[in-house]
Amino acid sequence: MRTELGRVRGLGSAHEGAHHWWHQRLTAGTNFLTLVWLLASLATLPGYDYLTVRLWLSSAWVAVPMLLLVASIFYHFRLGLQVVIEDYARMESRFVAMVLLNVYTAAVAGTAIFAILKIAFGSQA
Amino acid sequence: MASKPAIPHKRPRSPHAFRGPMQLHYRWGPAMTVSIFHRMLGSGMATVGALLLVWWLAAVAAGDAAYAVFLDVFTTDAGALNPLGWIVGVGLTWSVFQHMASGIRHLVLDTGAAYELKINKLSAVLCFVFSIAMTALFWLYLGVKA
Ligand code: HEM
Repeated sequence: MRTELGRVRGLGSAHEGAHHWWHQRLTAGTNFLTLVWLLASLATLPGYDYLTVRLWLSSAWVAVPMLLLVASIFYHFRLGLQVVIEDYARMESRFVAMVLLNVYTAAVAGTAIFAILKIAFGSQA
Repeated sequence: MASKPAIPHKRPRSPHAFRGPMQLHYRWGPAMTVSIFHRMLGSGMATVGALLLVWWLAAVAAGDAAYAVFLDVFTTDAGALNPLGWIVGVGLTWSVFQHMASGIRHLVLDTGAAYELKINKLSAVLCFVFSIAMTALFWLYLGVKA
């Protein structure tokens, strides 16, 4: 059972908003996990030349965490930059900035995911 | 008519940081520095960092020649990092560690803990200690390994 207060807490007049805050926290946790993985993996790579990096990225054990990292971090910064925009931009400029933020995030996320899959599925350039 | 109250010789004043137009009517502290760095580094990683990650991934996907262009921007002909490579490499790793530390501090503060002045200030300072130490360790490790 939920009390009336518990039901409306954090909702405000727009009847939503708490999920933004909560997803920022959830992705903070998954960012932490995937970034520790990435930094440890990069530090222990035997080299940073083309063949070494490509071989590393073509393993499913690397491609899958890398996809998860992109999903987590890009969603996290999409939420985060929205807060930054809301703090500094008003009216029309806020609207334009929000549209640009969504286009930017979709473009970089799409490119990153395509690149990871292309390497993993092994099609040559 | 009440007489004018005697003005104490030294009234307490609110502390000021800086002088002139930059003057702030409060004392700047570590918590504020951590806070503004959290925002700057988060925004920096979301833009510069994300674009570099995508460029790196796309270069590997595109092949040898595209990856050589990426490497060429950040390394010397001998294969070592050039000045831009150092700035970007150290800058990005430090940004990750600093935003990570202040992000975790955020999560602790969300629980309602660590608002007492001493622990609040200490945790802010520790974010910088952690990020600088981890960045140094990371690059020392790379150096020792090479
Ligand atoms: C260990 C990994 C990370 C943790 C623990 C973390 C944690 C957090 C937390 C808790 C917030 C919310 C702050 C608030 O409510 O004021 C936040 C904001 C933000 N994060 Fe992260 N984050 C991590 C990684 C990243 C990465 C890799 C990026 C960018 C690529 C990023 C970009 C941002 C941005 C742009 C904001 C909004 C900043 C603001 O509102 O001032 N974060 N982060």
